[in-house]
Amino acid sequence: MPVPTDLHFYIDPARCIGCNACVQGCSECESHKGQSMIQLDFIDTLRSPQTVPVVCMHCDSPTCAEVCPADAIKRTEDGVVLSARKPRCIACNNCVLACPFGVPKMNTDMGLMMKCDLCYDRTSVGKKPMCASVCPSQALFYGTREEIERLRPRSTPVSTFQFGRQTITTRVRMMVPREAPPHLSALDGLRDPGIGHEVSDDVFATHARWEE
Amino acid sequence: MHRVALRAGAWASGVTLGLGGLIVLGSRNLAHFDAALVAYTFAILFATFGLTYRYVVWLQRPPTRLYWRRGWQAFLSRGLHPRRFLRGVGRFTSDIVMNRFIFRRDRLRGVAHLCIMWGTLLAAAITFPLVFGWLHFAPVPGDLTQYRVVVFGFPTFAFPSASLFGFILFHGLVWASFLVIIGVMLAMRRRMRDGGAASLQRFAEDFLPLFLLFAVSVTGLMLTVSYTWLKGRGYDFIAVLHAITVIATFLWLPFGKLFHIFQRPAQLGVGLYKDLGHDGPHAACRRCGAAFTSLAHVNDLIGVTRELGYDYGVDDPRIEHYQWICPPCRRATLALAQSRAWADVRGGVTLVAASPDATAPLSPTPRHANPGRGEGPLGVEDATNFHP
Repeated sequence: MPVPTDLHFYIDPARCIGCNACVQGCSECESHKGQSMIQLDFIDTLRSPQTVPVVCMHCDSPTCAEVCPADAIKRTEDGVVLSARKPRCIACNNCVLACPFGVPKMNTDMGLMMKCDLCYDRTSVGKKPMCASVCPSQALFYGTREEIERLRPRSTPVSTFQFGRQTITTRVRMMVPREAPPHLSALDGLRDPGIGHEVSDDVFATHARWEE
Repeated sequence: MHRVALRAGAWASGVTLGLGGLIVLGSRNLAHFDAALVAYTFAILFATFGLTYRYVVWLQRPPTRLYWRRGWQAFLSRGLHPRRFLRGVGRFTSDIVMNRFIFRRDRLRGVAHLCIMWGTLLAAAITFPLVFGWLHFAPVPGDLTQYRVVVFGFPTFAFPSASLFGFILFHGLVWASFLVIIGVMLAMRRRMRDGGAASLQRFAEDFLPLFLLFAVSVTGLMLTVSYTWLKGRGYDFIAVLHAITVIATFLWLPFGKLFHIFQRPAQLGVGLYKDLGHDGPHAACRRCGAAFTSLAHVNDLIGVTRELGYDYGVDDPRIEHYQWICPPCRRATLALAQSRAWADVRGGVTLVAASPDATAPLSPTPRHANPGRGEGPLGVEDATNFHP
């Protein structure tokens, strides 16, 4: 049964509170028991509390699959890029290094690349992915476009990302301000430090105004 | 594509003709070739053509071609130093002979795979030489209790036909069938009970090979049952049935899951490439400055992605190509780009000033929020952010 076409995954890193619920929830998925496919990082442990949760973006033209020498990564007809097929994966790391989103993980002992497969065992029967079902801040959200627009009136989802000169379109969408351009360029954030909570920004801005 | 098909067709024809020549040679001008097995022979020749064709097409894919070339370069450039040779033997034994990496994935899966693999290899090692006429047993003149093994037309050792050794040898396919059936049963059990497997498995990809191997093994065993305990009753029918299952398996071999048998040795080339990557110069991330892979791997991937039609080139001369950014920094930059988009809308001031030193790293390497094995990193390569 295919994943319903009206249900989409929306990711909003700005809402992540780094609680690790997604990491724990993910590790309960049946297709990779005990191992989490979520990448949850501190951007700058010394200077910022900002965390970023990353799930597979399920690209329309997945670079990971294209660079796989063993043809181990398959995309389903409903647009889900599956984890490496176990009989084929030769643990070469090409996918780990080629994915522009930094998603695949390498299980060195098993000689196997593993990554988020949108909880295909759940989503293909109409359920939510594990991470989205436990995320308390809804940084990871799974639902219809109408639902997300109602919940986030100031945001809009984008599914087009720019990495240098390469444009990548994805099945998973990222929430950006309504006023933002219709694509997100990764290079815009390349030189930025972790900015922490926006409250800190505001305090700083207020402080700066006082000095004036 | 046309050139790829031509090259693959040429290789496939050459290898198939070569095997045909070896059959004529090994059976001494077909003198020891069993005409009753001719259908098997043609099925194997077809499978040889198909497998070679697919293998050559597979090798033409840019990433595969590159790994093939790099694997051989690594093997030849390093020579056969005893320590490296031993490491290679160890890797072959661990990965290919004992399937240890599969046991680490799942013990039941490992047992199932080991049984199926050794069962089919044993069966192939017995059947192929017999079908090709490369192996036959001849009575020893003057001593009818002895059989002599003749390989490629050359007489080798003799053994008593009624001995335990003879019993084990003549029933080699029975033992192979037992192994395969045990493996298939374990694999079927997993596929029927495991929810994760249930959602991803496909009939043609995952069940058909198990059904075919089971059918081959059971019909083969039925032949033994027929001539051992049923005085040959139904033997002709079972023989035809067995031939159909075996030939169907051979004909399907190039197209389905069992092709991985021929892909898997590439793992050894990858091991050599990784060893070289560890020992050679490393690539440093152009955001955080950390070494995250080998220099050769980055350069190779830039070439491969370009060949595949991607252009991750970056106009910023300090970055040059997105491939020079390590995976954790890639994860961070997108989130930071989103933060920047919000900052552009809402305003606010960046708290941390960028370093004035043009050569200093732009930022530290992001760290897993949960560094526990299995939660953040899945292995040492994730934990160290080094993927040679």
